[in-house]
Amino acid sequence: MSAVVRMLALLVLFRCGTAAATEVRTFQDPAQQQRYEQLVKDLRCLVCQNQSLADSDADLARDLRDEVYQILQSGKSDQEAVKFLVDRYGDFVLYRPPFNLMTLLLWISPLLLLFAGLAFIWRRSKQQNPAMAAELTASEQERLQQLRKTTQQQ
Amino acid sequence: MIPELGHIALIMALMMALIQSSFPLAGAAQGIPVWMAVAKPAGRAQFLFLIVAFGCLAFSFASNDFSVLYVAQHSNSSLPLHYRLSAVWGGHEGSMLLWALILGLWTLAVTIFSRGLAADFVARVLGVMGLVSIGILLFILLTSNPFERLASPPADGNDLNPLLQDFGMVVHPPMLYMGYVGLSVAFSFAVAALLGGTLDSAWARWSRPWTLVAWIFLTFGITLGSWWAYYELGWGGWWFWDPVENASFMPWLVATALIHSLSVTEKRGAFKAWTVLLAIFAFSLSLLGTFLVRSGVLTSVHAFATDPGRGLFILMLLAIVIGGSLFLYALRAPTVQDHVRYALVSKENLLLLNNVLLVTAAGSILLGTLYPLILDALGLGKISVGPPYFDAVFAPLMAPVFVLAGIAPMFPWRQASIRKVLARTGKLALGCLITGIGLTAVFWNPRDIATMAALTLAVWLAASALFSLTSRVRLREHWREGLRSQSRSVYGMTAAHLGLAVFLVGVTLSGRYSVEKTVRMAPGETVEIADYRFTFLGVSRVEGPNYVASRGDFEVQAGATAFRLHPEKRSYRVQRNMMTEAAIDPGWSRDLYVALGEPMENGAWSVRLYCKPFIRWIWGGGLVMMAGGMLSVSDRRYRLAAKPDESWQPASSASNVAA
Repeated sequence: MSAVVRMLALLVLFRCGTAAATEVRTFQDPAQQQRYEQLVKDLRCLVCQNQSLADSDADLARDLRDEVYQILQSGKSDQEAVKFLVDRYGDFVLYRPPFNLMTLLLWISPLLLLFAGLAFIWRRSKQQNPAMAAELTASEQERLQQLRKTTQQQ
Repeated sequence: MIPELGHIALIMALMMALIQSSFPLAGAAQGIPVWMAVAKPAGRAQFLFLIVAFGCLAFSFASNDFSVLYVAQHSNSSLPLHYRLSAVWGGHEGSMLLWALILGLWTLAVTIFSRGLAADFVARVLGVMGLVSIGILLFILLTSNPFERLASPPADGNDLNPLLQDFGMVVHPPMLYMGYVGLSVAFSFAVAALLGGTLDSAWARWSRPWTLVAWIFLTFGITLGSWWAYYELGWGGWWFWDPVENASFMPWLVATALIHSLSVTEKRGAFKAWTVLLAIFAFSLSLLGTFLVRSGVLTSVHAFATDPGRGLFILMLLAIVIGGSLFLYALRAPTVQDHVRYALVSKENLLLLNNVLLVTAAGSILLGTLYPLILDALGLGKISVGPPYFDAVFAPLMAPVFVLAGIAPMFPWRQASIRKVLARTGKLALGCLITGIGLTAVFWNPRDIATMAALTLAVWLAASALFSLTSRVRLREHWREGLRSQSRSVYGMTAAHLGLAVFLVGVTLSGRYSVEKTVRMAPGETVEIADYRFTFLGVSRVEGPNYVASRGDFEVQAGATAFRLHPEKRSYRVQRNMMTEAAIDPGWSRDLYVALGEPMENGAWSVRLYCKPFIRWIWGGGLVMMAGGMLSVSDRRYRLAAKPDESWQPASSASNVAA
């Protein structure tokens, strides 16, 4: 729980408000702007509860946005910008968790779940298929005949 | 005096809950009618005491009684009365009291609308609801008492979080809780049926309207929450995959699966065990949602409460509810037999496939939400799971759901031929594909394949929903008679699927074609985005009841017409935080969205301007889905079912083959 307390303290300190990035930036071309906007959306503000760099107005988020902007301006790739932040802050900064041993289950479980579900449907249908014809048991058939007779008599 | 009265009423409610669960459950097990008959009056009395407790807390808020800790924390004498009243559920303790009150309300509803049910079944349902109530009331009384007094009351309160001082947030929690807690009825029906061994079509017909009503509220609550986030948080998004949003979305997905599975159980008598399991999952996820939001285990935009003692209590409650019901399920499920046969290709299996996809989606969201918590708890490192993960997992699971929602209604029960269905719908599907590609190419971007695919799916959903309705209507000689002969639930399904299509259009177009710009604007300057000209006229100072604001004045030129927009930057006096109040010009085909950033030199401001095409369709779709749910609930057969039904006899249920 100390993490929570720390987080709250950070919140107070850094004032993670509900305003988004408001810096006025100029870009070389629209493609670069799009790269920048995507990057700050997929990176996490480290001092806020759950906000991306783009959505946070904490000072740290502001600084990190500047870093990302400068890296892109210097002509480096998105990967280099991400690597710079991960080297400093760890995987926590990534909203898209990397694929590694630790996150293996996270990434493959949806697939496993889906296949388990499909197998379940398949097995169910196969199990009952042979009995498709005989929906009623012998005694039920008999009773059906009887009922039919009595209704005809009426 | 009044707060103490409320406290006593809360204790009395707990006593009533104890009576409501102990005697009826024992009576149903032993076959003692007098004990079973205790359930209804005890349930009603419990609700009465909860109303009193809630009323006492509301009164303390209304009368600014800051000697009550909870009031002092969440209210202020300058807060307008309607916000003082909604502040009752503006914090942890009051939210839990609201939860308990709504459980009481559902209990009351069950006591009123259960006349046709067998006495032992009603006793079991109410008994199980009483057990849930005991857990929640104990939680409130032991860890989160809203009536706690302060020895030395402050002169004034700490004020309500400014984010919550808004109409959307006044209505959102009660609606969401109506949905969450409403699922406890479906859960209680399922557990009661497991206890009594009466899992059959009649059980499904009974639980279906309750589940639908809960689903309607949940849909409304989520839609409201999303709308609120859009206009209040000030950054123009409508869904953030925040753990607290996920907490409400998971039960919705499972409840959606449950509605579909219940329809199979009701109409065909199949999937009984699976339906029960879904009912258990749906309510468990609601409880888990409460746990996630209320225990402080998350640190997110919504999580306002933090206390480890509480977390442990809810975790134990969760373990008891989920563990207990799953244990019961494991004991009883093997004895449940489906007497129905169906082929691999049949409506039954398509609905089961829909269930598998929805549950997989819910499971993936659960995984993504809990994974970082678990890793962190085990000391294996800190990771973040955010929108990129959820988008990557969710979209491929949902695409087939949309295809299925269109095509499944056209498949017959029991056995279907893919070739026949394709022959019927081939042209329709081709038409949808052409429309989807055509619309994208003409109005948006001829090379945007993602939008083409999504629009094709949306058109397909809408077209196939209407197509399957027309083919039903065509069975009659005259179309008017055909329209009249359809049951409300057919119209409900059609509307709900149309709503899904509307939603998909909104998500796609607003996601792919929003234009946003962050610019510096000095008074008199004009900026143009997406054919709209925004002229900044300056900022003035405005005094609110408990805040001061800088109010921007923008003139927007849209073709020949012009109008004004007034975004605000508010500073709340007591809590000392800044709030961005965006100004929005809503429209059918686009929203214009202006938010003030920071003041800059010489009266200039940094300003964010958005044009978001079709974003309103997202919430519009939610409302249409909700309307579909309402139509289904109003179906005649549920009103007929409210009358005594001779097939609903516990003694005959063992041999009761699905009709």
